[in-house]
Amino acid sequence: MFALHRPQRSPHLFSSNPAGALRTMLLIAVCIALMFYDHQRGHLQKIHAALSTLVYPVQLAVDAPYTLAGWAADKLAIHTALVRENTRLKQELLIDAVQLQQTAALERENAHLRELMQAGARLSGHVVVATLLAVDTDPFRRVIVINKGTNAGVFEGQALLDAHGIIGQVLQAGPFSSQVALITDPSQAIQVELNRTGLLTLAIGGADVENLSLPYIANNADIKPGDLLVSSGLGGRYPPGYPVAVVTQVRRDPAEPFARVSAHAVADLNHGHVVLLYFPALAPEPMPKPEIHSTKKTPAKKP
Amino acid sequence: MMRNTIQRRANWVIVATYLAALLLSIWPLPAWAEPFRPAWLMLTTVYWCLFLPHRVGLLVTFLVGILMDALTGSLLGEHALALLLVAWFTLKLHLQIRVYPWWQQTLTVLGLMLLYTFVLFWVDGMLGYSQGALLRWMPVLITTLLWPWVMQLLSLLQQRYQVS
Repeated sequence: MFALHRPQRSPHLFSSNPAGALRTMLLIAVCIALMFYDHQRGHLQKIHAALSTLVYPVQLAVDAPYTLAGWAADKLAIHTALVRENTRLKQELLIDAVQLQQTAALERENAHLRELMQAGARLSGHVVVATLLAVDTDPFRRVIVINKGTNAGVFEGQALLDAHGIIGQVLQAGPFSSQVALITDPSQAIQVELNRTGLLTLAIGGADVENLSLPYIANNADIKPGDLLVSSGLGGRYPPGYPVAVVTQVRRDPAEPFARVSAHAVADLNHGHVVLLYFPALAPEPMPKPEIHSTKKTPAKKP
Repeated sequence: MMRNTIQRRANWVIVATYLAALLLSIWPLPAWAEPFRPAWLMLTTVYWCLFLPHRVGLLVTFLVGILMDALTGSLLGEHALALLLVAWFTLKLHLQIRVYPWWQQTLTVLGLMLLYTFVLFWVDGMLGYSQGALLRWMPVLITTLLWPWVMQLLSLLQQRYQVS
């Protein structure tokens, strides 16, 4: 019926090409420029913030069934199961409280020792709980999306933790959600310290979701499977002394300058649902400018 | 009057298909299945550029590609560039591809999908995300095999809602 009223389009075989050369080149140039500036992070923050707000409903829509399922499971949980869970949680709380008492004593002792050694106090901060959105991202990047953004104080480069270890850092902080790169993302590296010996090195991400590699360990270094790696805090991004990974494999080849060491991340990178955003207690102070001890820089007048 | 409502409904149908493709692109899959995810957005783009080139062109493709980039956390412009190239080829040859028999169309989609994957792989490679080189070609096969079904589904939608 309505088809009769439709305007008849002439079969334009050779006219009005929708893929005009000029438009195509222009859009491709825009794409390349965007990629170029986006690669140098920090240039396109406003565009990223706007886009992240725009796609947030889509992410929420995908996340909704999972949130609903969780909510339904809570509502329909059987009474006995709830009681059992409650009992277990109370026991865990008790155990944790006991350990916390010991930690408090240790912390006091540590502070005292640090005073004696005249070392700076350890920075402590507070954490805020965030939830992962159940959405997938690029399969070749290790990026996750969390439900907190700049409205909750999230900033770019902020560290994310869970109960076991370090998870990663914020890549893009949008208004309502943020993208986080896991420490195992191929673009990420984290400064770590071997807990047993104090050896400082870098752990970099790679092909695997849960494994890091340590490419700069000398062949004769004292390192063995089972060693714990904690963050050294040297980069200023991650809180110092927090667990990162456990060494799983050390392969020494005399023909090569470095040993091949891989480590398994201790944080629950693959199945975690709740993460902690770490807010440092103090904003990192800007580096003091080195004092110049030399004499005046003004050139001496020639007689 | 009547034509206006049809027109508006047609717009919504196009938006809805793109939205569905975006939703499917970030739908959580088990970790092992993630590399096998079909390129839904690429299929949708090819379909609309093929059958509605006067409505859905390069600009729409570019905008959708940017949204895809924001959703997947890839470099801004990466998916947009890959989709633009696919859309450009499709628009250039849409009159020929349209009259191909289904298997020949599927072969064309295979070629377009290879181009799409190559561009993504190329940009990622420059950024150092070059791991999993073999897995990258899995979606090519799956997406190509899905084309006849996606085309049937979308053309049914197009006829049902008189999108033109």
